[in-house]
Amino acid sequence: MKRIYLDHASSMPVDLRVLSFALPFLATNHGNPSSLHAAGVDAKQAVEDARKKVSELIHAENENTILFTGGATEANNLAIRGTALRNSVSGKSVVASTIEHVSVLNPMKELQKQGFTFTTIPVDSTGVVSLDDLRKFVKKDTIVTSIMYANNEIGTIEPIQQISKIVHEQGMYLHVDAVAAAGRIPLDVQRDSIDLLTLSSNDLYGPPGAGALYVKPGVKLQSIMPGGGQERGLRSGTENVFAIAGMGEAARLAKEEMIQESKRLTAIRNSLISQIIQIKNAYLTGHPTQRLPHHASFRFSYIEGESILLNMDMYNIQIATGSACSSKTLEPSHVLLAIGLKHEEAHGSMVITLGRSNTIDDVPQITKAVSETVHRLRMMSPLAKEGR
Amino acid sequence: MAQVGYSKKVMEHFMNPQNVGVIENPDGYGKVGNPVCGDLMEIFIRVKNDIITDIKFRTFGCGSAIATSSMVTELAKGKHVDEALKITRADVAQELDGLPPQKMHCSNLAADALHEAIKDYRNKNKKK
Repeated sequence: MKRIYLDHASSMPVDLRVLSFALPFLATNHGNPSSLHAAGVDAKQAVEDARKKVSELIHAENENTILFTGGATEANNLAIRGTALRNSVSGKSVVASTIEHVSVLNPMKELQKQGFTFTTIPVDSTGVVSLDDLRKFVKKDTIVTSIMYANNEIGTIEPIQQISKIVHEQGMYLHVDAVAAAGRIPLDVQRDSIDLLTLSSNDLYGPPGAGALYVKPGVKLQSIMPGGGQERGLRSGTENVFAIAGMGEAARLAKEEMIQESKRLTAIRNSLISQIIQIKNAYLTGHPTQRLPHHASFRFSYIEGESILLNMDMYNIQIATGSACSSKTLEPSHVLLAIGLKHEEAHGSMVITLGRSNTIDDVPQITKAVSETVHRLRMMSPLAKEGR
Repeated sequence: MAQVGYSKKVMEHFMNPQNVGVIENPDGYGKVGNPVCGDLMEIFIRVKNDIITDIKFRTFGCGSAIATSSMVTELAKGKHVDEALKITRADVAQELDGLPPQKMHCSNLAADALHEAIKDYRNKNKKK
């Protein structure tokens, strides 16, 4: 059976064009960007070229706004802890939506232990951040407000322009986690007045092991990891030139191919959604229209997500779930609870994230597998009517 | 080497679970777990002369919840109720060549469901 990989939010293949572009920096043309000899200069040039390409993907003011990190978790940590600690004389409050990634929520919880006030902003049943609450809770002493561009579990795209206006009425900085959105929809940090923005290499078909933080000129932050002072002293550690060069090339390709590819994926996504919600007691999660082009997420009553995942795997189709049983904490996804699902509803979730390898011809095989999986598990479930 | 994911046996029982279904007017019925927690199991038994002659289960839950349900029905079938009462959670896990550590508690309720079903059978018989 042909493998159909539908879990691109978890891991993406590296684009072979990216790999052949970046591989020399790992094998033959290696060097430390801090070295003054020719090999070092080549490596430094590769990093600077990548900086430019990444800055262009998000329409940044210039390439010097981009800091490379070891990944998106690190970029989120740097954005939040770096600004909060640097500006704590101006205020001791941080704000985030309830559906942020844990690499945003957990640093804020850490800050809370250090005396900061941490306020979460609720979302509606489609995952859109409550603008009224944002207006209410972002105050003069709010150093950083973190709202994601789009959510990785339910695909909802947030109204970032409106959010940015509200945040800047009183608060200091807006941080946007754009890992799920980048490469799928056009981003423009200047149009949206974004102060800090997180990107991940792998989520652009780049090599894992690199991320980037956009820092608007004038934004004050401090290093959270002292060391050799690379990346303007804000992110110490020898640059991962291979991954960074790859991320740059991936960003360039994403900018070039995004519109066309997103159009293609939207057609597949729409076809999947329209067919899967025909299944009895199957529901779309997230926003019906304001959603990422490659994202389709559902919940099915009476069955459990890990079983859905394992059963779909029998068809050689890989999906994700926000079920408790598949998590380390044994709690269902905080995103699904935040959109108002009950625990027993959140347990039955399935997330599909499409990528370049998926085609419209895969749709019948996917929908057949989903339909049979749901039926089979409901036949076994004491909660469903089918088994009776 | 640390075990990665589920054992082959768990997957076999997940893919091809034994004794799925319902027994009408069972001699014993046990139900444990809670859909809020993500696992709910029920076991039905038919008993003749204290021997479990038929057993069925239905389970809402993850892979190990389904596999342990299937395994416990296999272990209990044909056994005297006193013997079946001795089947423990650990026995079930062992017969499945182990479960991932985080699954040992939450998704290993099948033995409890069996014990409930046997207790139910005994209670019903006392009244007679």
